[in-house]
Amino acid sequence: MTSAAPPGSEPRPAASALVPPSAPADPGRRPGAASAGQPEAVAVGFVASLRAAGLEVSLLSSMLYAEALCAVGVARADGVYWAGRAALVHRPEDFDLYDAVFRAYWTGTPGLAVRSTPAAVPVTVELDDPDADDGGDGDRDRNDGERVAVRYSPAETLAGKDFADYSDDELDEARRLMERICQQGPMRPSRRHRAVRAARGRPDVRRTVRAALRAGGEPVRLCRRAPSTRPRRLVLLLDVSGSMEPYARALLRFVQAAVAGRGRVEAFALGTRLTRLTRELSSRDPDRALRAAAEAVLDWSGGTRLGAGLGRFNDEWGCRGMARGAVAVILSDGWDRGEPAEMAEQMQRLSRVAHRVVWVNPLKATPGYQPLARGMAAALPHVDRFVEGHNLDSLERLAALITEDGR
Amino acid sequence: MSVTDPRAVESAEEVAGALAAGAYLPDEGLATAVYLALRLRRPLLLEGEPGVGKTEVANVLAAWIGGGLIRLQCYEGIDSAQAVYEWDYARQLLYLRAAEATGRARSMDAAELSDELYDERFLVRRPLLRAIEPVAGPPPVLLVDEVDRADDEFEAFLLEILSDYSVTVPEVGTFAAAEPPVVVVTSNRTRDVHDALKRRCLYHWIDHPDQRRETDIIRLRVPEAGETLARQVACAAASIREIGLYKPPGVAETIDWARALALLGAETLAPDQVTATLGALLKYREDHQRVADNDLASIVDQARTANRP
Repeated sequence: MTSAAPPGSEPRPAASALVPPSAPADPGRRPGAASAGQPEAVAVGFVASLRAAGLEVSLLSSMLYAEALCAVGVARADGVYWAGRAALVHRPEDFDLYDAVFRAYWTGTPGLAVRSTPAAVPVTVELDDPDADDGGDGDRDRNDGERVAVRYSPAETLAGKDFADYSDDELDEARRLMERICQQGPMRPSRRHRAVRAARGRPDVRRTVRAALRAGGEPVRLCRRAPSTRPRRLVLLLDVSGSMEPYARALLRFVQAAVAGRGRVEAFALGTRLTRLTRELSSRDPDRALRAAAEAVLDWSGGTRLGAGLGRFNDEWGCRGMARGAVAVILSDGWDRGEPAEMAEQMQRLSRVAHRVVWVNPLKATPGYQPLARGMAAALPHVDRFVEGHNLDSLERLAALITEDGR
Repeated sequence: MSVTDPRAVESAEEVAGALAAGAYLPDEGLATAVYLALRLRRPLLLEGEPGVGKTEVANVLAAWIGGGLIRLQCYEGIDSAQAVYEWDYARQLLYLRAAEATGRARSMDAAELSDELYDERFLVRRPLLRAIEPVAGPPPVLLVDEVDRADDEFEAFLLEILSDYSVTVPEVGTFAAAEPPVVVVTSNRTRDVHDALKRRCLYHWIDHPDQRRETDIIRLRVPEAGETLARQVACAAASIREIGLYKPPGVAETIDWARALALLGAETLAPDQVTATLGALLKYREDHQRVADNDLASIVDQARTANRP
């Protein structure tokens, strides 16, 4: 899950010396012939291995795979390889995993890199008494188990509190408030039309004729239509490097609320690498979503190469269409170990395709803050809005800004 | 080039041969995916970098099968009126007025009148409906191009049609294909195509071809370019792709480039001709800059020494 780039023409398992474990080679190779029982058994076994390695395979896909095996026959490794890839894998990111499982299953090569399956996470329910709540919260950024605290925590006290000072249960509370913030989003004019009553807009012939038929063929009323609006795409890029650690956890919740709250939101984590989180975060169950995202990001609190990460985003997603006409929001403190020139170049590319570029910097609220970090300074000329994002109030303003900027 | 029943092809090699006869050289993965799509009568979903020849697959398939190509270009806001069918309201209205003027309308009741108005001759058939209309002879190839540009609502709707290859027009009845069309769906991956649609389809990611295949493609598509030039162009294109450009050239661009060079009478790569024609290969000012910084001369040199006439 590291990059969206398709694997190049990396060596495939050699065509020779492939012996399917459960299906002997059929020298006659009659595609689609009566040997249906065998490919099915093979398909089931192989699909089970893929699932065990962490690839999602639906029942429909595995049935399609069995059919495909019947069509290509099981005698030639290349045919079996490509049939499986066409029927079972739907994303270039999964090709490597497929290759590894294929090699292990058909050649018996050990050392298969299995995608880590999520370990059970202990959940502690704390019913603490309100007097002791400022006690030992020192372990708040060690996640040795999720804590779910059940207690009264009024929203007002949270609104202005800096995310860096949050405890685990306050994060939880904040997420609920964020959900409310993220209900709206930027809208833009759509090519679809809707019916309007006013005398503006173009004639709507379809509705006019329908109405005429009801009136015995007399077009009494001229119906009209006018362009409607649609949600604009929102792309969120969250910096997960070490310097962002106090804020990344809270902001990830904000990002999750945005992804789950409305359509057309894309989310990425920027660190030493670029990780697309849209899929992980789109689960309606926020705990599951956050856990999936935490597992997908392999470089939490590592170094930052913001410019390089943005470059990868531009190459693989942004300039191809995802950022086109979108509101791009970068949540970062602007600390970058790469070259400022690279940062400036990539920000310029992004700003050329995006509708608006918003930079959310949690440090901006610090008294006397100046955007002196080299990366930040290089990026600023290409940023449309530079806002703070250290507490709930500022995120609420951010959400309003995004909504308003979409037009 | 037409065959009796493309769905009776026996192997991926046969598909590869037929596509090659149509001047398209598929790799084995693509040939297998196309073969399976034909045999299992499933849509084929193609993704890949722009310019690797996704759309061309459908063109060549259509020429091979001989049932014609029906193309649906997706765009933001496309809906069933543009994709499936629409009534020709202007003509209906005219017909209505004519019926009134001649006094015919007076002798008919409302039901009769509306039956006449919703006659098939007022039906405007859009690509999806045309693709599933029963035809004599080979089935058409339906190309749903750049499905990622349409909205998700449209995808749901496409899924419905691709599931049972039938469309119901309430006023007329159900259109169903006796022989489903060959369906090719392409996407540039600006967003993820919905899983439900992917599960219906066979999937293939088209990569940039390796040097040997790219040489063959150039030879096939640009016959006026000599063997040496084709090999050098493919070699230089491969090195240029390694540089890390905004838009690495696809096969479509390499073909254009080879054609441009051949037009200038080049038999081998020459630095001045390369500079003059580089616009066929690279489409960003920054990319030209980057290639120049990376010593274009040495790339050309390397391509020349590795592929002597």
